[in-house]
Amino acid sequence: MNATAEALFVAEPFQASGDVVIDCKVDKIFYGDFLAVRDSIVPIEKHKITGFIGPSGCGKSTVLRSLNRMNDLIQVFRFEGNVMYHGQDIYAKKVDPVVVRRYIGMVFQQPNPFSMSIYDNVAFGLRLNRFKGDVEERVEKALRSAALWNEVKDKLKNSGLSLSGGQQQRLCIARAIATEPDVLLMDEPCSALDPIATRQVEELMLELKEHYTLAMVTHNMQQATRVADTTAFFSVDISQGGRTGYLVEMGPTRQIFEDPREQLTKEYISGEFS
Amino acid sequence: MSDIDLTTRAIEPPRLPRLEHQTFEIRALKSGLLTWLTWIAAGLAAIPLLSVIYMLIFKGGSRLFSSSIGEVLTGLPPAGFEMGGGIGPALVGTLVMVGIGALISIPIGILAAIYLGVLEPSSRISTNARFLAKVLTGFPSILAGVFVYAVIVIHFGYSAMAGGIALAVLMLPTVLLAAEEAMSQVPQRMKDAAYGMGCTRTQVILKVVLPTGLTGILTGVMLAIAGAAGESAPLLFTALFSNYYISELNEPTASLSILIYNFSGMPFQNQIELAWTASLALVLIVLMFNILARILGRSKY
Ligand SMILES: Nc1ncnc2c1ncn2[C@@H]1O[C@H](COP(=O)(O)OP(=O)(O)OP(=O)(O)O)[C@@H](O)[C@H]1O
Ligand SMILES: [Mg+2]
Repeated sequence: MNATAEALFVAEPFQASGDVVIDCKVDKIFYGDFLAVRDSIVPIEKHKITGFIGPSGCGKSTVLRSLNRMNDLIQVFRFEGNVMYHGQDIYAKKVDPVVVRRYIGMVFQQPNPFSMSIYDNVAFGLRLNRFKGDVEERVEKALRSAALWNEVKDKLKNSGLSLSGGQQQRLCIARAIATEPDVLLMDEPCSALDPIATRQVEELMLELKEHYTLAMVTHNMQQATRVADTTAFFSVDISQGGRTGYLVEMGPTRQIFEDPREQLTKEYISGEFS
Repeated sequence: MSDIDLTTRAIEPPRLPRLEHQTFEIRALKSGLLTWLTWIAAGLAAIPLLSVIYMLIFKGGSRLFSSSIGEVLTGLPPAGFEMGGGIGPALVGTLVMVGIGALISIPIGILAAIYLGVLEPSSRISTNARFLAKVLTGFPSILAGVFVYAVIVIHFGYSAMAGGIALAVLMLPTVLLAAEEAMSQVPQRMKDAAYGMGCTRTQVILKVVLPTGLTGILTGVMLAIAGAAGESAPLLFTALFSNYYISELNEPTASLSILIYNFSGMPFQNQIELAWTASLALVLIVLMFNILARILGRSKY
């Protein structure tokens, strides 16, 4: 027997109980020659919140951004595997990533409103899609669902950048949901926010899952237990000389936190809590 | 028991610090001296500027701000011992040629800036183009005139078109560098947000990068226009001069700066007065564009 025969760890596939909206099967994700993530199967269930947790650099953002081809903007990025969305592989040759992103929206770690009025920020996506209906009504609806309407209804003409950090993040959420995408990806949406704003965004997410499917990266274990229905735990493998991220375990949040199958998960979670 | 004496203080309490200004301390004297020096230097630097403006208003204002303002602004330049007359053709010529320069340099400058600032900021072509543009900003303006003379005037003769092209050569690097600077200031996360909404690259540029950088771009454009309006050297070789209103773009054309040059050397009192008037008018035009640049440069959001 040679040394390479020792098989790499691969997580047992998570059997989703409900409808799977995005079925992500990563074989390998590269940045140039650097293997960032390997062998991870991450199904995203409809009308649920899927949380990604794990140590820094394990590839949570990389996997999340692969779900709407945001990583295509990085030239050295290369994805091997497939991401099935409503029966189509979004990495298929004929698929236009721009169209994918209109169905699978994104909220970023840092609030990033455009330098336009609050109203124009929310209306941006509607105008982009040449929305024929009542734009004003949709803007109000989006701001109400983002729990921001009462704070900004008298100053819709003000700059989006004049809001506080928490308000800006809720504005970005309103902007993302104004076009009523199917799935919303959030990369540490609360890391720039204080505890009160964090609570507001969390409550908002719980409301949003009635209509949307959400996937979220978080560094905050409590946050994962508070909002995620399903949790995927990633880790970094340094044994091969590189720093390759991979999925360790995925399951219902309760099970992951109370009765993890893998030793690694247990250590990570207890380390975080104690 | 304990032999620590608690009745007398072992350490003297610190003397109260003195917090008032110490006018005659060395440090304070030095600081005062330096403050005065900078004031004097600033005053000296302002003297030439203020005296030029004073002279212009004093010598040029009498004709411009008087009942004959209509004649001065629209009349034809006087010949010889003629009295009266005005700077009409030169005023229109300057505006037309600056307009041509702007029409050529603004679109090219902004499109090139999109390439340099957004599409390929670090390609070899971009680095070289940026360097050349910076060199061009320090280019002696007379060489722009000579260049256009050699390329266009020799074949087609003196014309407003040639003058406008020479001005465009001078305006292009200013517009380009200002626009590139403004667009590369647009934060990456704003562009990410637009891509995340499902924008194509074209839409990201048109809907986010250009509007966000617009104030900076406009400032550059206005400064380029103000600079071009005052140029005389490139027009000497390209537009020459004319005593009549411009009727076609392919004829020699008057401009304020050349009129000033011609008339200030004449032995006639009337022409010399008009040269002063034209100088004042030119300064006011340049000032107007500078103020416009400041107003447009204020960001709305
Ligand atoms: N644009 C990039 N170019 C090259 N390597 C990258 C790039 N982005 C990420 N990486 C690498 O990929 C690996 C995974 O990064 P990723 O950002 O996905 O981690 P993460 O789990 O989101 O970490 P964090 O919790 O700190 O955000 C890291 O080793 C990182 O250095
Ligand atoms: Mg990350």
